[in-house]
Amino acid sequence: MKFAEITGLLTETFGEGVVLATQDQGLMPILTVTTSKLWDICYFLWSDERLFFDYLACITAIDNGPQVNTMEVVYNLNSIPYSTAFAMKVLLPRNQEGEPLPVVASVADIWRTADWHEREAYDLFGIHFENHPDLRRILLPEDWKGYPLRKDYQAQDEYHGIRVAYEDRQDPAS
Amino acid sequence: MTSAEELLNWARLNSLWPMGFGLACCAIEMMAAYASHYDLERFGIMPRPSPRQSDVMIVAGTVTFKMADRLRRLYEQMAEPRYVISMGSCSNCGGPYWEHGYHVVKGVDRIIPVDVYVPGCPPRPEALIGGFLKLQDKIRSEKPHAPQMLLDMLARQKKVTV
Repeated sequence: MKFAEITGLLTETFGEGVVLATQDQGLMPILTVTTSKLWDICYFLWSDERLFFDYLACITAIDNGPQVNTMEVVYNLNSIPYSTAFAMKVLLPRNQEGEPLPVVASVADIWRTADWHEREAYDLFGIHFENHPDLRRILLPEDWKGYPLRKDYQAQDEYHGIRVAYEDRQDPAS
Repeated sequence: MTSAEELLNWARLNSLWPMGFGLACCAIEMMAAYASHYDLERFGIMPRPSPRQSDVMIVAGTVTFKMADRLRRLYEQMAEPRYVISMGSCSNCGGPYWEHGYHVVKGVDRIIPVDVYVPGCPPRPEALIGGFLKLQDKIRSEKPHAPQMLLDMLARQKKVTV
């Protein structure tokens, strides 16, 4: 199935406004869809016999920084029987300090592999996945403060009484 | 003639049992040093599966903050006299993670005392063997059976009476 056909099927099923942007150049075709429809689109991609996207290769998050004030979540989808692949993106508003985290629907009930990928994105980027079965930190310790892969992340001064910053032992000024 | 102290030191330095664990790529070099090609067993060095049975801890690799608590606990579980070899740049000073490594302890000596630092990224097995020889030198010159606390106390008392 061609990329244009996938886009066509999605607009046919979910209406004209569902596909916000497409990008056919580059290593992989990329499709940006509306965040609120994400779960329905994923379920359609997975269950429809013409598409049959049975394999979710990866979920990645991107922080565009406080200036642009958006974040992205990227889903790399493959159909093993049709050997087609594309990336699907959703765009999220970025939260400021003290505001609730950006929310996107969890797809862990469609592809089980999404469970840990979403936990990783939550751990490092601070994106809340709604209806996730077990949204805890996966790599960092449970009592870690902040989300390290965000552009404005500041490392802590101390963790459990250990100084975090590097000190040059040859240089008494540092 | 040899003293009992030298005999005990000799016995201890020729049966250094390291704790069998590795944290990162340095562990691969450590395993190579254990294996038949470099054969650490000829120095009486063989890995033990428990901190209770081991004399020396080889911190082979990157110490993350998540691991730091576990590492400190393992060190505390080891019976005295205990020694620590810090193997590789990461555990010496943070290594390549020194600037942007929010998750890396910048030197394992921030959490436990280190006896020997082995430089390298990762150090070759020869370097690790060199580290063990340095540690053996250190143990050879130790006087663990001198009643240090009593000697200190006597010295203090002498000061008071004079």
